[in-house]
Amino acid sequence: MLQIRNLTKIYEGGVKALDDVSFDVPDGQFLAVIGLSGSGKSTLLRCINRLIEPTEGQILWNGEDITAASQEEMRRIRRKIGMVFQHFNLVHRSKVITNVLAGRLGYVNPAWSLMNRFPKEDLAKAFKQMERVGIADKAYQRADELSGGQQQRVGIARALMQDPELILADEPVASLDPVLAHSIMKHLEDINKQDGVSVLCSLHFLDIVHRYADYVIALNEGKLVYEGPPKDIDDQKFKDIYGRDAERVG
Amino acid sequence: MKKSNDKKASPWKSIKIGLLALLVMVIYAYGFQITEVNLEELRSEKRQTSLKRVTRALAKPDIIEYDQTEQIINFPIYIPCQADGTLPVAPGHAASDPFLIITPGCASPGETVQVEGFDFAPNVTGPVRFVPGSDVTNIVTLGRDVAETDNTGHFILSFKLPERPSEDVQYIRASLRKNVGSPHFTQTAKDTWEKIIETVFLALLATTFGTILAIPLSFLAARNLMKPVKSPLTSIALSMIGWPLGIYVGFIIVNWVGSMSTALHTNAWLALAVAILALVLVWMGIRWALPQAEVNSPGRLIRFLRLGVILLCVVVGFFGLFQFASLVMSVGKSLTLTLGPFGFLGNFFFQSGDIILVITSSLGALVAGGAVSSFLSRMGLQATEKLPAGGVKIINLILTPIAVATILVLLGQLIEWLYQIGKPFYTLWGPMITGVVLGLALAIFCKAKDALPTGMVIYYITRSVLNGLRSVEALVMAIVFVIAVGIGPFAGVMALGLHTIVSLAKLYSEQVESIMTGPLEAIQATGANRLQTIIYGVVPQIVPPYISYTMYRWDINVRMSTIIGFVGGGGIGFLLQQNINLLNYRGASAQMLAIAVVVASMDYISSVLREKTI
Ligand SMILES: Nc1ncnc2c1ncn2[C@@H]1O[C@H](COP(=O)(O)OP(=O)(O)O)[C@@H](O)[C@H]1O
Ligand SMILES: [Mg+2]
Repeated sequence: MLQIRNLTKIYEGGVKALDDVSFDVPDGQFLAVIGLSGSGKSTLLRCINRLIEPTEGQILWNGEDITAASQEEMRRIRRKIGMVFQHFNLVHRSKVITNVLAGRLGYVNPAWSLMNRFPKEDLAKAFKQMERVGIADKAYQRADELSGGQQQRVGIARALMQDPELILADEPVASLDPVLAHSIMKHLEDINKQDGVSVLCSLHFLDIVHRYADYVIALNEGKLVYEGPPKDIDDQKFKDIYGRDAERVG
Repeated sequence: MKKSNDKKASPWKSIKIGLLALLVMVIYAYGFQITEVNLEELRSEKRQTSLKRVTRALAKPDIIEYDQTEQIINFPIYIPCQADGTLPVAPGHAASDPFLIITPGCASPGETVQVEGFDFAPNVTGPVRFVPGSDVTNIVTLGRDVAETDNTGHFILSFKLPERPSEDVQYIRASLRKNVGSPHFTQTAKDTWEKIIETVFLALLATTFGTILAIPLSFLAARNLMKPVKSPLTSIALSMIGWPLGIYVGFIIVNWVGSMSTALHTNAWLALAVAILALVLVWMGIRWALPQAEVNSPGRLIRFLRLGVILLCVVVGFFGLFQFASLVMSVGKSLTLTLGPFGFLGNFFFQSGDIILVITSSLGALVAGGAVSSFLSRMGLQATEKLPAGGVKIINLILTPIAVATILVLLGQLIEWLYQIGKPFYTLWGPMITGVVLGLALAIFCKAKDALPTGMVIYYITRSVLNGLRSVEALVMAIVFVIAVGIGPFAGVMALGLHTIVSLAKLYSEQVESIMTGPLEAIQATGANRLQTIIYGVVPQIVPPYISYTMYRWDINVRMSTIIGFVGGGGIGFLLQQNINLLNYRGASAQMLAIAVVVASMDYISSVLREKTI
């Protein structure tokens, strides 16, 4: 159970990216975060694993306050939260297998990992995850030799390596064509339904939201403007979320 | 509005341009004056002849020579003619031997006579000189003309007699030199070869050490890596105290281990056994104390045990390192004696052992300093997180003055050591009191739990030191190191190495600052700690630019190492300068040629490598 309480983020320049946001994510939920670009979706996701320090508010994760965690505790918390990015964020010059193994960095002993030594079980696990997303044959290629869809699958495999209880996906399909987008979303759905991992996914297209999400929250200029199941987004709500001039297509 | 104003040609603008042109002219005129631009001098007779001489010498580098035999023939002459008209008696000669004929047989001083040679070796040259006094064997000669035989061994030339009148017979000597045998390298060429090798290796060592040390420094000088590094005051104060404390303790322990090791070191086999045993022990200890992965964090007892084992491992490791070093040294020494021409390998081992010995002591001290300081600062961090603000404030009030005072007193002692002021008020009590006051102020005015930007402080300090040192030319550094470690290539290596460190660290850090942040963020999100983030997120991105900058620096170092000898830093520059000072331009020419060849070929090699790696 993830509980967000009165979360506010004000950037150094004074931009209020999140404004008193509160919501809950029950275990096993597939939650979509929607909103215009610049509405604060990325900021919200990054506050949850504290890649960005929230200015105010609380984030409770199974009852533990993430915002109050020490650096040491943060390492332990982060390794249970996988993250998938719009631009995949792979280390281009590293091999696929190294990128996937990087998902274990929160678990392995730092001293060994600095010398690129991972336990045998982790290596086996890495191949299992790569097989699951269908890129096992690419293991020893450089990450930047892969296509966009393949790179995102490496990103998912990396997140899976963390044995996550929660996956934060920041517009995971925004840089992919529609066909690839569905294949990536299906992987996330599979992880959510099969493994019971909660997924917090920011999305652009409402059809994808309707197809995959159990529940939706919408942000507009940092404020929570909608919370509910996807089917309840009617034309009025749509205009609240995307602004008065927005046209609903399809 | 403003635009149209700009376009209009106003008289004011023209005046400004005119003034500017005038100013530029004045600047250049002054520049001509103080740099003594003077083409008149270049055109003067004296300069022209010496320029010609030097240029010709430079065109004939002293690289290859033949062994020579000399055919020396003396021929008598009266200067001036005898009163009775007698002419000197031509010396007899065997049928095939060369001989000279001088016509006329006598002449007044300053007159020109004709010297003709027969039956010399074909196509050889050599000087024709006047031998003053009546002693044929006199080696002092006057005047000089060059004879050149044709392919029948005959030459003819006009020789101007010097103003040396004498009653007795005097001589004219032709000494023609003939090359015999096959060509071989001159001594100059051999010396040049030896020094050019020294030059290349000087550059190699300087580049290697410089690169290795520049890498960690470049991380400290990268804003994007250092900005997020923040720690609370307690932690900073404790780590400030930890450094000197750890260095002191580490130094004592390592020296103690070192003396134990020396006491034990009796024979090579024992040393080898001990070194291997130490390695095995350390390996086993580390395997036990640092398990590869751990799902649950272990209990307190286990953690203490582990810490103890790791400390023990470090001590044993240093012991093994000392043993290893002395082993390498003794092996090196015996190899030097037995390997003959490959004795340099032995010397390499010996010196490496010595380097390990010297480095181990300081390394041990530094490692201990770093370990104690990071341990203490972690304690400080935990205290800050666990204790209430009031408690932290009290701890800060105690620790910060101690920390700042310690650092200032150490600085004061350094100044005392450097300048020998001898007044404890300035170097001991003053800094101590200032430190306590500053520390108290800091502890009072900082909120107890605030995270202070330690990273940025380290960043600015590193940057300033790098910028300061970078502005000192490598040649100037070489002069300093020549004073410190004596004339020779070692001083050159130190100077070039230091300059390489500072300039590469700057270039490298700019690369670190321009990496993609996405992968970094992704690695961080997995729960990786800072060091892991650097190894997995930063390092792969900076490898190509690091390689290309290292190559670029290698080029610079090869060039620099050719001239660093001018100030005593070893390498070929020393020889070049010596030959220029001795006016031995043919020798200098050989060295310049060598420099050109080496620089060009290294340039080529590095450009090929660069293409391969990127
Ligand atoms: N590092 C930053 N510094 C200052 N402002 C930022 C920073 N990152 C994002 N912002 C601002 O915060 C707001 C929310 O941004 P973001 O969370 O990236 O929105 P979204 O992901 O929905 O497009 C935007 O107005 C953006 O300009
Ligand atoms: Mg975004």
